[in-house]
This record gives sequence, C-alpha cells and structure tokens, in this order.
Amino acid sequence: MKTLKFNFIKHLFSGVFAILLSTSSFAALNISSNDTDENKEKEFDVTEMIMHHIKDAHEFHITDWNGHSISVPLPVILWTENGLTVFMSSEFHHDDSGRVIVEKNGQRFVKYHEEIYYATEVVNENGSYINMGAEDHPENMHPMDFSITKLVFTMFLSMGLLLFIFGLSARRYSKDGVPKGIAKFTEPLVVFIRDDVAIPNIGEKHYRKFLPFLLTLFFFIWINNVMGLIPFFPFSANLSGNIAFTFTLAAITFIITTVAGNKNYWGHIFWMPGLPVPMKIFMAFLEFAGIFIKPISLMIRLFANITAGHIIVLSLISLIFIFQTYWIAPVSVAFSLFISIIEILVVAIQAYIFTMLSALYIGSAMEEAEH
Amino acid sequence: MDLLTPDIGLLFWTFMSFAILFFVLKKFAWKPIVKTVNDRENSIREALASADAAKREMQNLTADNEKLLKEARVERDAMMKEARELKTKLIADAKEEAKVEGAKMIANAQAAIQSEKKAAIADIKNQVASLSIEIAEKVVTEELSNKDKQLKLVSDLLGDATLN
Repeated sequence: MKTLKFNFIKHLFSGVFAILLSTSSFAALNISSNDTDENKEKEFDVTEMIMHHIKDAHEFHITDWNGHSISVPLPVILWTENGLTVFMSSEFHHDDSGRVIVEKNGQRFVKYHEEIYYATEVVNENGSYINMGAEDHPENMHPMDFSITKLVFTMFLSMGLLLFIFGLSARRYSKDGVPKGIAKFTEPLVVFIRDDVAIPNIGEKHYRKFLPFLLTLFFFIWINNVMGLIPFFPFSANLSGNIAFTFTLAAITFIITTVAGNKNYWGHIFWMPGLPVPMKIFMAFLEFAGIFIKPISLMIRLFANITAGHIIVLSLISLIFIFQTYWIAPVSVAFSLFISIIEILVVAIQAYIFTMLSALYIGSAMEEAEH
Repeated sequence: MDLLTPDIGLLFWTFMSFAILFFVLKKFAWKPIVKTVNDRENSIREALASADAAKREMQNLTADNEKLLKEARVERDAMMKEARELKTKLIADAKEEAKVEGAKMIANAQAAIQSEKKAAIADIKNQVASLSIEIAEKVVTEELSNKDKQLKLVSDLLGDATLN
C-alpha cells in the first residue's frame, strides 16, 4: 500500500515536471516561429522575448497557433483627462507598436511596449502614432493606467486561491481542534510563521498584533512566487518579481515599522546612547538612512531574486533558438529542470526572508530599552 | 529601464489586494486557525500538567502507603513485644502464685497432719490407757483368781526382795 502511494507521488512529480518543461519550451518555440513569420530574416531576439515575459502586459498570452496569438483579453481601465475609460485590450488587436488606435470617450489611445499613450494626430514613418523622442522613448502623454493587466489578473487569482485554501483550512478543524484535510498541511506553515518568525523576532508580548500581517505577507509572496514558476496559463506571470509589487509590500512593512516604533527605537536612531556627541550626530545620519534602506533592501531582494529566476529559466530554454539546433535541447531541458528545482527552494526561501526581515524590523522598532 | 520603475496601476492593485487579503484572511482564517492551535496547545499543556500532578499525587500516595505500612509494622512489633512481655509476666506471676499457694497448701496440710497426728496420738493414748486398764483388770482378775500363784508370786517377790 505504502509503496503504491509512493509510486503514485513519484509519477505525479515526474508528470508535473514533464508538463512544466514541455510547455515552457513550446511557449518559447512558438514565440520564435511567430517572429520568423513576421520577419523571415529577423534574428530570434532573446532579450526581447525575456523582457516581454518578465514585464506586465495588457493581455494574457497563452500560446501561438499557426502564427496567430492566442491570448486572454483583459480590461483596460484608464484615468484620463475625460474621466474613467474602460475597454477590453482585445481592441488593440495584439498590437504593441502604437499602430492601432482605440477611440473611446472622445480620446484616441495607442499601445506601445505595453504602455498606453494618447495617440498623436499624425502617423510617423514607422506607421505608428507615437512621437519618438530621444533614445527611442515615446514623448506622448499617457493616462493613468489602472488596467487589470496580466499581473493584476495573476494577483486576483492568487488572492482567490489564498482565500479558498485558508478559508477552507479554518473550517477543517474538528470540535476538539484536530486538523483535517487541507488544515493538516497549512497548520504547520502557520505554526512555523508563528513560532519561528513572529515570536523570536517580535517577542511573546507583542507578536499577536503582527501575526496576521506576517502570515498574509508570507503566503501572498509565496503563492505568487510559486505561481510564477508554473509555466502555463493562468500562471507563469512574474508578479512577485515586479518592482511595483515588492515596493508596495516593502512600503507596508516600512509604514508598520515607523508607526510601531517606540521611544527607545527613535532614541537609538537620532541620539544613539553611549556614544560621544560627534559620533551621535554621525550615527543619526546613518541610522536615519537605515530606516529607508531596510525596506528598500527588502524590495530589491525579492524583485531581483524572482526576476533572476525567470530570466535564467528562459535563457536556458532560449539556448535552443540561439544555437538553432535541437541537439542542445537536452542540455537546455536538463539545466532548466535543475534550475526549476532550485527555484522551488528559492521562492520559498525568499518569501520566508521577506517575512522574517519584516518581523525583525518590526521587532527592533518595538524593543524595550534594556540598558 | 522601465523594469525598475513601479507602475502606478500595479501599485494600486497590489495595495488593494493586500489590504483585502489581510482583512478577510485575518477574520476568516488567521484568527480561527491561530485560536484553535493556541487552544489546543493550552489544553495539551494543561493535560500534561494534570498528568504530572496526578503522577506526583500517586507518588505521594505510595509514599504515604509505605509510611502507613511502616507504622503498622512498628505498631505490630510493639504489640508483639508487649504481648510477649505480658505473657512472661503472666507466667511468672502464675508461677509465683502457684508457689505461694502450694506453700500455703503444704503448710495447711502439715498443720492438718500435725493436728491429726496429735488427735491420733491422744486417741491412741486414751485407747492405750483403757486397754491397759482393761488388761490390768483382766490380769489382776486372773491373778487374783489363782491363790497359789499369788502366794508363790508374793513369796518370790519377797524372796527377791532382800531386806536391806
């Protein structure tokens, strides 16, 4: 019985990996074929493909089929000079070079490199309604973009998953508090955050107040990291490797730390006890900078780690197209398998580190004077 | 590099999502889960403490029992000793009493014997006296009935009696 179960798990794992690898290679394959269809002589641009994957988009690209892009259109929500404007991204007809104009609310919009601009009156020499400035950067005005982009869509999906998983876990307890079903799996994680992150860093006295924040933070980051690793729709988006995402979470930690900071904490920043006065002034500058450097380090660490993971896997798959031979495929697949396994660890560790350091910063802000 | 410039839309949606997630999960997931876990941990801790207390009580009880047993043994020993002493004393007393009684009885017996003896002797004396008188009477009567003999005796007696 036991071996049967083990075999089943083994097969499940190998199956998942097979899907993981085949879909990621297919996705890359299709992108290249699309490029060659458009421009026969155009070289496969690895940087563009990778950057396209890593960045946000107004539609969720699933795959290409016979040269046609299959993607899920997502709503575009703009705060324009004429107020709120909403339309579906499919109205751009997969155009990303500012050639297709969408007229809404008495305004004309074009999409260029996944940014939405007000279209220029005249078409330029490339056929697009973009006024190219220096360094190939569009000089058009652009509205405030609150679109449900690929990343926002992914975020909502992760929200739904988290609410489902933990809403269900909370109900999966028998009357005498014994976990059942999914709660058996989630409870150790919750207890881990409580016993190994919240209590050691914040202390027995105050940790209860911050535990919900730390739990939400950990699972929100982790689930988005994991979803980024799964290489097919509706996952694969690089949400936790986006600077806006990490910035928001780091900013929340920063605000909590600043609000929770007690007299002792601010005292140590602006008037470090036990130092001569010139040193105190010098340290005040350093410590003041530290207030901001801490959350910035949080922001950059998560962004860089997750983005780097995506870039590595995509680069390894791209080797097939760079060398333009199938013989490199086993090497690519083997390496990306290896990196994917490492990434499974990395994404959990990064979520843990972000949470751990947030708890540490909050804990240091609430530390009582001991001397 | 627009990879490093945060997008206002994503900032907004991330903040909204996180806020909603935080409040909803706090109410419907973290509070119930953490409460259940805490309650369970407390109940386990209490159960362990009570088991410990019970164990300690048991130990106390065993110690008490042993103490009681020891006391009982000591008491028993004391009682045995007392009984033994009592027995010895009783025997000794009985012996003493028997001795005294015996002596008394012997004395009584001796006294009785003595008095019986005296009475017997007195009786014998009386009987001897009467017998003697009877005999003497008979002898005298006999003697006196035989004149020749009388005379002879007197003559013998007289012949023996040298007149000094």
